[in-house]
Amino acid sequence: MKRPSLGALLLGLIPFVATCFSVALWDRVDPTVLGLPFNFFWLISWLLLTPVCMWGAYRLEEPSASDARRKEGED
Amino acid sequence: MSHSVVALTIIFGIVIVGSAVGFLAGFHRKMDLEQWTVGGRGFGLVLVWLLMAGEIYTTFTFLGASGWAYSRGAPILFNLAQAPLMYVVSFFILPLIWEVGRKYRLQTQADFFQVRYASTYLAASVALVGVLCLIPYLQLQLTGLGLIVEVASFGGIHRTPAMITAFALVAGFVFVSGVRGVAWVSIIKDLLLLCTAVFIGIAVPHIYFGGVGPMFAALAHTHPTHLVMPGATKSLGHTWYVSTVLMTSLTFYMWPHYFAASFTARSGKILRRNAVLMPLYSITTPLMLFVGLSAVLVLPGLRDGDLSLLTMVQKTFPAWFLGIVGGAGALTAMVAAAIQLLTGATLYAKNLFRPMLAPGMSDHKVAMIAKIMVLVLTLGALVLAVYSSVSLVSLLLLGFAGVAQLFPGVVLGLYSRRVTTSGVFAGMAAGICLAAFLMLTGRDPYYGLNAGFIALCCNFALTGVISLLTRVHAAGFDESLPLLAASDSADSPGLL
Repeated sequence: MKRPSLGALLLGLIPFVATCFSVALWDRVDPTVLGLPFNFFWLISWLLLTPVCMWGAYRLEEPSASDARRKEGED
Repeated sequence: MSHSVVALTIIFGIVIVGSAVGFLAGFHRKMDLEQWTVGGRGFGLVLVWLLMAGEIYTTFTFLGASGWAYSRGAPILFNLAQAPLMYVVSFFILPLIWEVGRKYRLQTQADFFQVRYASTYLAASVALVGVLCLIPYLQLQLTGLGLIVEVASFGGIHRTPAMITAFALVAGFVFVSGVRGVAWVSIIKDLLLLCTAVFIGIAVPHIYFGGVGPMFAALAHTHPTHLVMPGATKSLGHTWYVSTVLMTSLTFYMWPHYFAASFTARSGKILRRNAVLMPLYSITTPLMLFVGLSAVLVLPGLRDGDLSLLTMVQKTFPAWFLGIVGGAGALTAMVAAAIQLLTGATLYAKNLFRPMLAPGMSDHKVAMIAKIMVLVLTLGALVLAVYSSVSLVSLLLLGFAGVAQLFPGVVLGLYSRRVTTSGVFAGMAAGICLAAFLMLTGRDPYYGLNAGFIALCCNFALTGVISLLTRVHAAGFDESLPLLAASDSADSPGLL
């Protein structure tokens, strides 16, 4: 089996560190951001930031992504 | 009474339209086992997305998450963290599983174990675990459906006839259209669910508090402990959070139906791209939590937290809207149940019944047994749902702890050449016994840790130790094939 590259694994680790292991750091109400308690705000922003990390991992794993997409067409 | 007639008529209309689409999806196709279970392996980005989202956004997301936000508060944040993380995990394992799946024409999760570890008994045990864990998940969907109809009829209709009707329809379109039917019904369901979830999630806090911010401010004022862990509970603190998020996100794709959904994709790249994009779809989860949290202040003292979202809708909006929400919820439960039935039935017929009882059976007969099993499983889940009452989250976590124990076998099977059949077997058996013991004797969480997570750690450790002590039979997928060819008679196409 082809192993994922170290870079992709590290990018995948970022969301785990941010939303799982570091819970004691962000699980509080203050400061509220956009009206949300800080813990809610933090996790909701990671719904948006995780795809960014994984898009990076995608580029590392499928280096020719744009060429292949052209070949594959609309799928 | 007229309110309930309006609501129920709309629910019924939505369910009928959804089911009709499900029936029509398989109308002009020849349904062999391959087409029925994995859609001929021809689904592109959109259909795979819909299928996976359709399966993942179940009754739990709709009713269970808001229910926990209502009754326990902050510990439900585990669900908000789990969603993006499980897609991160899927990025690294699903494309590999897909690759193996295409190469060896796998249709079920147990097929994967069969090919990787060259052991029919291991595969049959995996199938058994899968079917057993799917039953509480099916029961969850049914209970949700029952709740919806009960609330929508303002208590006028008992949940049992409603569950029977809906499940007869589900069994029907699974029977006729297989996985293709499920994917197409998902389209309608997702549209409805997304629109209603976004609308309710924004409108409810707005109507009662003037926005999400004021809602949180009011809640922080009156229930200061509800918004940070352990919330309204005593035992669900940070240790529990980390262990639960790890357990559920690492092992999410061990659910046999999610595992098998990856086989429907046309390429591994589609699965990767899907994994990148899917977290965006979870944006509905926080909205459901907002509704549950608003209910803490607006509807204190509900007997069942799982009712909070529906009761809130019933109290706030006109009956026709309750009907649309109920219809979306009912269709959600039906789609999820359909794929679970399909997977459970295929697992049973292909990986338990044939290898154990009738080795020479043709694929055509297997497909027939699978279709009979759809009916058997439907009846089983119905009986359980009628005669037992457990909260939706408890049901979900029970099944989760069970399927989680398949994770070491899959991930080590993909990445390690040293893992052995006996190691995987021993680890899995120990993990399941430990998880069952801890959960059934009320020891979950155990010293603050999620019981399924403890079981998973023991499972990993035991798999490692036993693997080092025993001889390797098959170090990879290619090497196990000669062994299989030798053990399988020529006339049974068997697992391949």
